[in-house]
Amino acid sequence: MGTLTRAVGQAHARLDGPDKVRGAARYSVEYPVENVAYAWPVPSTVVKGRITRVDTRAALAEPGVLAVLSYENAPRLTPAGDPELFVLQEPAVAYRGQIVALAVAGSLEAAREAAGLVRLEYDTWPHDTVLTENHPGLYQPSHVNPSLPTDTEIGNFDAGYAAAPVRVDATYRTPAEHNNPMEPHASTVQWQGDRLVVHDANQGPGQVQAGLATLFGLPPERVRVITEHVGGGFGCKTMRCCVVLAALAARHVDRPVRLALTRQQMFGVVGYRTPTIQRIRLGADPTGRLTASCHDAISQSSMLKEFAEQTAVYGRPLYAAPHRRTTHRLARLDVPSPAWMRAPGQCPGSFAVESAMDELAVTCGVDPVELRIRNEPATDPEEGTPYSSRNLVACLREGAHRFGWADRDRTPAVRRAGRCLLGTGVAGSIYPARSLVSSASAYAGPDGAFLVQINAVDIGTGARTALWQIAADELGVPPDRVMIRVGDTGLPEASLAGGSTGTASWGWAVAKVCREIRVQIDDVHGGSVPAGGVHAQVDTTADIQAQQTFSRYAFGAQFAEVRVDVDTGEVRVDRLLGVFAAGRIVNALTARSQLIGGMTMGMSMALLEEGLWDPRSGDWANHDLATYHVAGCADIEQIEAYWLDEDDPHLNPAGVKGIGEIGIVGTAAAITNAVYHATGVRVRDLPVRLDRLLGHRA
Amino acid sequence: MTDVAAGAAAARGGLPDRDLRSRVAVRVNDDVRQLDLDNRTTLLDALREQVGLTGTKKGCDHGQCGACTVLLDGRRVQSCLVLAVTLDGAEVVTVEDLAPAGDLHPLQSRFLERDAYQCGYCTPGQLCSATGMLAEARRGWPSAVTTDLVADRTALTDAEIRERMSGNLCRCAAYPNIVAAIRDVAAAGGAA
Ligand code: FES
Ligand code: FES
Repeated sequence: MGTLTRAVGQAHARLDGPDKVRGAARYSVEYPVENVAYAWPVPSTVVKGRITRVDTRAALAEPGVLAVLSYENAPRLTPAGDPELFVLQEPAVAYRGQIVALAVAGSLEAAREAAGLVRLEYDTWPHDTVLTENHPGLYQPSHVNPSLPTDTEIGNFDAGYAAAPVRVDATYRTPAEHNNPMEPHASTVQWQGDRLVVHDANQGPGQVQAGLATLFGLPPERVRVITEHVGGGFGCKTMRCCVVLAALAARHVDRPVRLALTRQQMFGVVGYRTPTIQRIRLGADPTGRLTASCHDAISQSSMLKEFAEQTAVYGRPLYAAPHRRTTHRLARLDVPSPAWMRAPGQCPGSFAVESAMDELAVTCGVDPVELRIRNEPATDPEEGTPYSSRNLVACLREGAHRFGWADRDRTPAVRRAGRCLLGTGVAGSIYPARSLVSSASAYAGPDGAFLVQINAVDIGTGARTALWQIAADELGVPPDRVMIRVGDTGLPEASLAGGSTGTASWGWAVAKVCREIRVQIDDVHGGSVPAGGVHAQVDTTADIQAQQTFSRYAFGAQFAEVRVDVDTGEVRVDRLLGVFAAGRIVNALTARSQLIGGMTMGMSMALLEEGLWDPRSGDWANHDLATYHVAGCADIEQIEAYWLDEDDPHLNPAGVKGIGEIGIVGTAAAITNAVYHATGVRVRDLPVRLDRLLGHRA
Repeated sequence: MTDVAAGAAAARGGLPDRDLRSRVAVRVNDDVRQLDLDNRTTLLDALREQVGLTGTKKGCDHGQCGACTVLLDGRRVQSCLVLAVTLDGAEVVTVEDLAPAGDLHPLQSRFLERDAYQCGYCTPGQLCSATGMLAEARRGWPSAVTTDLVADRTALTDAEIRERMSGNLCRCAAYPNIVAAIRDVAAAGGAA
């Protein structure tokens, strides 16, 4: 065993890759199912109101139509916590785009046609849909997501800020942004007697199982959720109404049902990143050392539920300042419910904080890399706890070196190449490193093969492959002797794919069960596997409870080089470079993909993405991929992601921090900071639209 | 709006069922399929729901994402924008048939090696699109970034590949790896 190459750290191609490139990997509405019917949702066309009449005659007259469900006739549900899942139960309408009826037919074409023929009448009321910093409904929620303090204060910000010789006071805005995974939310649901068998695109099959069990009044063991392949999630595939609608339809028509949301419907019902309004105040000495910092964040939620984006938590553990305050205020509006989107809180929060740090650097005449290094704390400035590891400075230095930052001239708007102004920018990046309770099982066969099972889910992160690598190392065998199964509630329960917790949490359970198997083979069975094999199952509750108190975070530094066309205002990102400190990197190939994927989404946020709200109709004006722009192939020129070797003993057995989100954190600020350096125009309102640059020329 | 919809339904209500359906013979991956189609069926839905070839993906159903790209008579098309009823006698190649069973097309191999995907949902469309794109470049078709418009064969620089592949969105953003994979294949002669 001494000669065995460790699998962790290698660049293994994905286990599911061959199936994916052949088109053989089945996503949730691609399983062959006998006698399947199709459901097509009908969104509300009013913002705030109450359905007074449901006329299904024309829809039901369409050949092949089996049923039209609405609150009048849909099977009854038991509330399961999230009101967005309590669909087709009540005549009330809380936002435009909420699903109010569902056509079911023997073909997609008939279902779609019928959905368009459902006639609904409503009583409507005036609506209130626009977030402003002085909205009268702004309030202080009891906590922010996931369960963090709403406001914090250390020292005395007001006094510290008043006494500071250098001050920055600026307000930043980020628009609504839509996750838009390429695969829509999609479900195939079959009632088999009193059992529910579900193929569903989600980030947590266990969560969907629990949700369906509550909604339909079933014991969880009678609900099986299979989630073998998922076409991306980025936060929006935690449990959504799609699977509930499909289950209602399947019960009502007594046939298996497929339902995939349309791209347009996704803009209404699957959630989006809330718009934010963020005021940052920084007080510093003339050398840029912070003495006071305050982050006041405003965001929105729907009338259905309170979703309090944790925007201002970004800076809490990041830069040193003796006097510091953070606040969150929320307005409940007649809008669709916002939800999780890649690096919730941290991503929009980083735009404001890292922009303000750049403004402070300009004000003080200090290099922005150096400014961040000067504000490096020894311990977590709000919690007072030590960091399990903190390598922000190392990331900044390594990034500056690789990027060629050293001889940068700080003067804005002086570098010109043809029609373009050139500039460079930097931002810091931080994301929590958490581990959640999970369980896993392992089986050692007498033939020397191992099977490791866990209800983890691979939404494109490469989790399946990473867990397989971890298992092989812990078992001390070549990876080709290990099989891994994920994505099925029939497997041992595990946490969901979110918050960059997957590999840390699932890897912990996998490592633990593999160690347990080795102990059994070596200590109980004298070193060889008996004819009946060896089986073990573990969970990590006790391990996670026993964790010592540390501030655990991944860190990063983002560098951008931009070119701004002075005639058109077009911004091109010539180069993006990120250096990350995220614990151990399990798979060098897939990790790089995840990091550049996050950075690209950050670039997309900086330059393209904007949910445009039409206050009159109370709906997104852009709700498809032609009008809501995401980065395309031609937008990405040179993008580089690197990581430091980081050995942090205080994390989890695999030593990982999670890398799904850190890549998007800080990227947008690095780009707008570069735009400032190029043009002298400070964009505090994303995205960097052409008019926002050209407007400053006159 | 409801009046229009009701009117349309009434108009259709008068039509016998057979007038809404057609039979067409389409060659799909070398098998001739006799399809009995609802005339409203797109090629994408015909492939996924009738033929049982689910490798071709639906990302938007509106010609905006490229996930549904297939080769139709040798050219890349977005199958969500093609009505299947128009395809009598046509030839369709999907991701399932880019290589003989058990084999991988050079693009597929390079996609694996370069990790030119994450979730894999856009991947079949990327692969079919790249196949069609390589053929277009061989024929000298220019793109928006081509400088030599009369060349017999377009040199596939990274800028050319990026431009020509921009009809295929990848939210996982595997773009640089997709470009690298295609560049590898183009450099090796483009794999007919
Ligand atoms: S599904 Fe056809 S282009 Fe998006
Ligand atoms: S690989 Fe996920 S969308 Fe391209």
